[in-house]
Amino acid sequence: MARIIVVTSGKGGVGKTTTSAAISMGLAKKGHKTVVIDFDVGLRNLDLIMGCERRVVYDIINVINGEATLNQALIKDKNCNLLSILPASQTRNKDALTLEGVEKILEELSKDFKYIVCDSPAGIETGAHLAMYFADDAFVVTNPEVSSVRDSDRMLGLLSSKSRRAERGEEPIKEYLLLSRYSPERVKSGEMLSLDDVQDILSLHLLGVIPESKSVLTSSNAGTPVILDEKSDAGQAYADIVARYLGETRPHRFIDEKSGFFRKLFGGK
Amino acid sequence: MTINSHSFPAVEFKSSTFSVPVLSIASNDLILIQQLLDEKIKLAPEFFKHSPVVVDLGEVNKKQLALDFEDLATVIRKTGLFTIGIRNSNEAQQAQAISLGIPVNTAPTSDVRVENRKPKPITAPADDEFVTNDSTTVTITKPIRSGQRIYSFGDLIVLAQVGAGAEILAEGNIHVYGTLRGRALAGVQGNTEARIFCSDLQAELISIAGNYKISDDIHGAVANTPVQIYLQKNTLVVKPII
Ligand SMILES: Nc1ncnc2c1ncn2[C@@H]1O[C@H](COP(=O)(O)OP(=O)(O)OP(=O)(O)O)[C@@H](O)[C@H]1O
Ligand SMILES: [Mg+2]
Repeated sequence: MARIIVVTSGKGGVGKTTTSAAISMGLAKKGHKTVVIDFDVGLRNLDLIMGCERRVVYDIINVINGEATLNQALIKDKNCNLLSILPASQTRNKDALTLEGVEKILEELSKDFKYIVCDSPAGIETGAHLAMYFADDAFVVTNPEVSSVRDSDRMLGLLSSKSRRAERGEEPIKEYLLLSRYSPERVKSGEMLSLDDVQDILSLHLLGVIPESKSVLTSSNAGTPVILDEKSDAGQAYADIVARYLGETRPHRFIDEKSGFFRKLFGGK
Repeated sequence: MTINSHSFPAVEFKSSTFSVPVLSIASNDLILIQQLLDEKIKLAPEFFKHSPVVVDLGEVNKKQLALDFEDLATVIRKTGLFTIGIRNSNEAQQAQAISLGIPVNTAPTSDVRVENRKPKPITAPADDEFVTNDSTTVTITKPIRSGQRIYSFGDLIVLAQVGAGAEILAEGNIHVYGTLRGRALAGVQGNTEARIFCSDLQAELISIAGNYKISDDIHGAVANTPVQIYLQKNTLVVKPII
């Protein structure tokens, strides 16, 4: 049986797709057969970050509508043959995604793959709901700012009540925090929330902190997941995250929390 | 193949108990009603958003004021509330309600609460999570997240934090042994003796028996100091526990 991971956040632009690309590559590099699915129908960009946009022929909607088989739609990654990508449709409307359709696809993929990574769209509407509904694990990507943290909290509420596991009364989805675009300097200057501030609100199991890094943009422009840039801080952060998820203990890095945003705000009290 | 060949029933009636606010109407001045409702809702917009209400026409009918229920229903709908029933209504109002698809409660009760309490989790729409158990004290051990709502028919004990945008309601007391950032409403069926206890009060709203305070008006709370909140002559008092 495959393990289904949803990469989710609520808020847009926090690094879900960057994370989905990195961790799916990381899992595959560790020898696990992995598939990453783009649930962002209408705004697909996972294929761009994975550098396979020119090889997209069929997409997830074609599969749901029976216009293509899963095997026709899956794209083998150019860097790692254990990794496949199921792209989203650029042209269709979001409503083309259905619960039954998604369930069937996940069931079929489960037979073949060890990990299924679902890149959720922003928001809490249909696409995001379908991306998380069947999940076993949730990677909640959060930026160190109040609105992102709040949206993550909201998403965590949905994960614990609106998922298949919740509805069936099964063991709840395992929730992990990935704090992304972290900048210790900006935390120090009080512009950003510190890891402590975020954990104070979310109290989640921290899988890792991903620093704000130029290498993310460079890698996505090159169409290679940042985890393959082993020299970069963000790449190393993602490698740590994958290792920790697979059970390794690694000390947390890229954190430096002296004076947090809240402490600055409420300092006198 | 017959429908009965399924191993599980596709449709099943289950008995459930819901707690729904009652909107008591004592005037037939629709403009005034709208104004008052708007004011009330402004106090706690998230709480009232899409909230179901049962409309009680007892007062207005007692005064023998003519009230067109259809017009009233429109006013209520505009405020974002959903009328899911009426009671203490006359025949004309009942006919109007039925034609609008709104159920009519003809039982001569003064309290809408259904007495047959089922000690069972109740599945409600949206993200709401209504919980109760036999002892009527509900204990929650996990953080209550933004958008979640917990209801207890008795006391409510939360051994974790209550996130901003979350809402906890109890007919009895509320205890929060974590940071309370969301909304906490104790004594929601009118118990003025109910209290709220919490170890770190940063709430968006607190209420006891319908007496509200929003965060800007909450004074007396010191960060990280356990406080209790109770009613004294219709005023909420926030005081350190010891
Ligand atoms: N660690 C990082 N450092 C610097 N930039 C980053 C980092 N992570 C993501 N970004 C940038 O942030 C932007 C949004 O990232 P991404 O597309 O992964 O977010 P998303 O959550 O998938 O967005 P959407 O909600 O639109 O799907 C991109 O321009 C990306 O390059
Ligand atoms: Mg994305």
